[in-house]
Amino acid sequence: MPELLIELFSEEIPARMQARAREDLKKLVTDGLVNAGLTYASAGAFSTPRRLILAIEGLSGESPTLREERKGPAAAAPAAAIEGFLRSTGLAREQLELRDDKKGQVYFAVIERPGRPAAVIVAEVLEAAIRNFPWPKSMRWGPGTLRWVRPLHSILCLLSTDTGAEVVPLNIDGIIAGNTTEGHPFMAPGRFAVASFDDYSAKLRRAYVMLDSGEREAMIWGGAGNLAFAKGLEVVPDAGLLTEVAGLVEWPVVLMGQIDDAFLGLPPEVLQTSMREHQKFFSVKNPASGRIEGFITVANRETADHGATILHGNQKVLSARLSDARFFWENDLRHVKAEGLEGMAAGLANVTFHNKLGSQLDRVKRIEALAREIAPLVGAAPDLAAEAARVAKADLQSAMVGEFPELQGIMGRYYAEAAGHNDGVPEACREHYQPLGPSDAVPTAPVSIAVALADKIDTLTGFWAIDEKPTGSKDPFALRRAALGVIRLVLGNGVRVGLAAVFAKGMMGQRGIIDHLNGLLTGMMEQMQTAGLDIAAFPSGPFDYDEMKTVVSKIERASRGLELLDKLAEAREAVADAMHLQATDLLAFFHDRLKVYLKDQGIRHDVIDACLAMPGNDDLTLLVKRAEALAAFLKTDDGENLLQGFKRANNILAQAEAKDGVEYSYGADVKFAETDVERALFAALDTAEAAIAPAIEAEDFAAAMAAMAALRAPIDGFFEAVQVNAENAILRRNRLNLLSRIRQICLGVADLTRVEG
Amino acid sequence: MPQTTPRSFQEIILRLMTYWASKGCAILQPYDMEVGAGTFHPATTLRALGTRPWAAAYVQPSRRPTDGRYGENPNRLQHYYQYQVLIKPSPPDLQALYLGSLAAIGVDLALHDVRFVEDDWESPTLGAWGLGWEVWCDGMEVSQFTYFQQVGGHDCHPVAGELTYGLERLAMYVLGIDHVMDMPFNDPDAPIALKYRDVFKQTEQEYSRWNFDQADTAMLLQHFEDAEAECARILAAPAEDSAGRRIIMAHPAYDQCIKASHLFNLLDARGVISVTERQAYIGRVRTLAKACADAFVQTEAGGAAA
Repeated sequence: MPELLIELFSEEIPARMQARAREDLKKLVTDGLVNAGLTYASAGAFSTPRRLILAIEGLSGESPTLREERKGPAAAAPAAAIEGFLRSTGLAREQLELRDDKKGQVYFAVIERPGRPAAVIVAEVLEAAIRNFPWPKSMRWGPGTLRWVRPLHSILCLLSTDTGAEVVPLNIDGIIAGNTTEGHPFMAPGRFAVASFDDYSAKLRRAYVMLDSGEREAMIWGGAGNLAFAKGLEVVPDAGLLTEVAGLVEWPVVLMGQIDDAFLGLPPEVLQTSMREHQKFFSVKNPASGRIEGFITVANRETADHGATILHGNQKVLSARLSDARFFWENDLRHVKAEGLEGMAAGLANVTFHNKLGSQLDRVKRIEALAREIAPLVGAAPDLAAEAARVAKADLQSAMVGEFPELQGIMGRYYAEAAGHNDGVPEACREHYQPLGPSDAVPTAPVSIAVALADKIDTLTGFWAIDEKPTGSKDPFALRRAALGVIRLVLGNGVRVGLAAVFAKGMMGQRGIIDHLNGLLTGMMEQMQTAGLDIAAFPSGPFDYDEMKTVVSKIERASRGLELLDKLAEAREAVADAMHLQATDLLAFFHDRLKVYLKDQGIRHDVIDACLAMPGNDDLTLLVKRAEALAAFLKTDDGENLLQGFKRANNILAQAEAKDGVEYSYGADVKFAETDVERALFAALDTAEAAIAPAIEAEDFAAAMAAMAALRAPIDGFFEAVQVNAENAILRRNRLNLLSRIRQICLGVADLTRVEG
Repeated sequence: MPQTTPRSFQEIILRLMTYWASKGCAILQPYDMEVGAGTFHPATTLRALGTRPWAAAYVQPSRRPTDGRYGENPNRLQHYYQYQVLIKPSPPDLQALYLGSLAAIGVDLALHDVRFVEDDWESPTLGAWGLGWEVWCDGMEVSQFTYFQQVGGHDCHPVAGELTYGLERLAMYVLGIDHVMDMPFNDPDAPIALKYRDVFKQTEQEYSRWNFDQADTAMLLQHFEDAEAECARILAAPAEDSAGRRIIMAHPAYDQCIKASHLFNLLDARGVISVTERQAYIGRVRTLAKACADAFVQTEAGGAAA
């Protein structure tokens, strides 16, 4: 079986695109080969900065001959129909066969597609793959029109067997496929021919090219570890950087250098970020002190001086970079010590957060108001939470975060400490962004929780207020992540908060809403003036929400007896309705996110639905507590059977209610009970009811479920022994009312009608 | 090719001149207007457009008012030099040609680690973009390497390859200098040896003060408006002059575009342009650049049939 080797040799492919490109090449080519009728045993894709490689083993030598029969028109059909058939089959009339059919003679076309040699198919498939390659960004070069990620220089395309190798004939815009390639650009310049994949990889290695990125990664990581270990240090793991660096070199040579003492006072995060972002260096840590003391750089070559020149150059560049970082750090510290975090935050007024949501300062003020509101619910002092919120974004104005945006929060903590805070504010500065993803840690310090919740809820209510919600895969403001963050903050800390009220408060602070209300108030004051009322003593707008309350009561007093009052009430209602609608919509969004989150935790969506239907569903901790208890209950034998009993009762009842056009909801009387079984159910319901109500009140859902479980046997017994739809109308009504009690008691725990099964 | 280490800033420039001349480039002189980068020279911006082949290299003094540091910062200057090469269509061996230029200025490619690291180029003011790399030598960015895809909103066909060397930074690296002002400008053994400081320290101070504190913003704003209006007026003139000659004035119009762009940079350095206005100003300059590009492709140099 032949083996296929493809190498697409180009100028440097961006490191971040290489992994995806390997997969795309493999998929495009193997799919194409298979669709054309070839089979293969295995395929492997590789990449270096200058080449994409695909090696396919066990490729069939040709595609099979295919025979297809197609039934055409009757012999007697109009000429046009026959001609159409000839066109569609590509045959001439004499090539058609006439066969007897039920309705007389009919034309048949027998089309034979002869198999084709693999080389022809490979050429077609590879050309299509190159022309349609899904690079995230591609370009033209020179005089041509071909697109590739960077100029494509040569194509190696070789079919080889035990007896020899054949170049697949292919010419793409003047690039003619051959059997040659190049080694390392500096260490082994010049082209050479290869005969097979084994030959290719062996010769490349001799020409200082390691074609497997995985091997390069292992080599870098192993080499870095050894260098560090020899000095009693360790390399800080960074998987993303490792992949990137392996995509920048064909022949990795690992070098270790020391960070100048002058920079060791910088925060480790600054050293790490500066080295990673600007220089693509790994950080090397002293495990004893925890300090970053060295760096690892990866060169693309060996040199006669064993990398001394390269290391020296890198060291120099690093020193220049770290001088900048130290300049930012010292400036920021001086700034913060002189003017405090508030001073640093001053410039936020001039930074737009979103053109409909105001400046960063507007945003900070809203977060502050929300944090103050939320603080008591999470055990934080309101004044402290408000202060933390006021300064949590200050570091956005620091020189360091200007240079390294990814250090937001991290620098905030350092600067808050430098400003003399030791009260939870520094931690809040750092942690209020968290959790950033599903696996990121959830803050547990009260002040951090308050600010983190306020920050996220402000973002959510803001974008809801201006109707910028996530749709499909579009979520440019990461609102899903923000909602999941709120969910994890609430559940992770067992926070008891009615979100509906907080959302309403959040919406009230949003500029869109405020502007709208200001518009209404201005309109009203104008009307009052027109009506001849003196409003000279009124404050002038625009007002914030709290000021509005004063203004509204002034308007109310001044316009007593006027029609205006009704209009005012109407307008307020309209605004309240609109906000209520958005707040409700936001809560529904939260419930969707919660379902996704709980599904991952193993709680079924219908169980959540059953609990969502209960009151207090904006208190997520309560909601989940109920859902967990219900899920556990439904897993027990009693739970399973009780659910069946409930459904049976509910069905019978629903049918009867539909038929009779009444609701059976009250008045089951034990005196009409005929049997002990029936009486036992009455007694059990009394007991359960007495136990469930206080249990629910105490939010002890497990106890409520246990009490409900006790109903299982009496209900089963009842259905076994008693005919509900009795002849006697009084008995029937009494029993239906009895079923209604079952329904009512069970629905007090959770909406079991929504549970499947 | 000399592999010796150059001794001065000007020797590096001279070697680059000699090298690119030997590779067939026309050695042009700097454009006689204030620009932010070598790309603004019409020999790049306009000549990247149209179908006619082109090969040019030149030094371009470049001004970035916001980068002024009164000559104190070891790396930052409000006035510096770029070396610019533009070849259209980009030759297949442009990378090798570039590496040859590093060798020519004394970078021993057997001892250094040269890398092409992804860096896509975009100029919002010129309505231009391209793909390429920043070239690293031992972790230090020494050049920008770009294949132009679009300029002034026009697709580049054929594609021009552009090389930009930040001369001070590159020279400091090659000469082993830590502070730009310490760099020998002419030969250190010359009878009158001059350092970068002797040539530019005072001008850096003077311009830093003017850029940051003194430039008359009302006047600059007016000049911006004037340049914008003049650019539009030039392009709106009929293609035939009073004698019936068809002369499209793409270059005079483009001069006004360059002026507007530099005036915007000055206003930016004076801190009178807010974040929101910034985008609007950039958009206004881009509109001019696009109009000039539209005009240029209708001229003979722009590839239109004569």
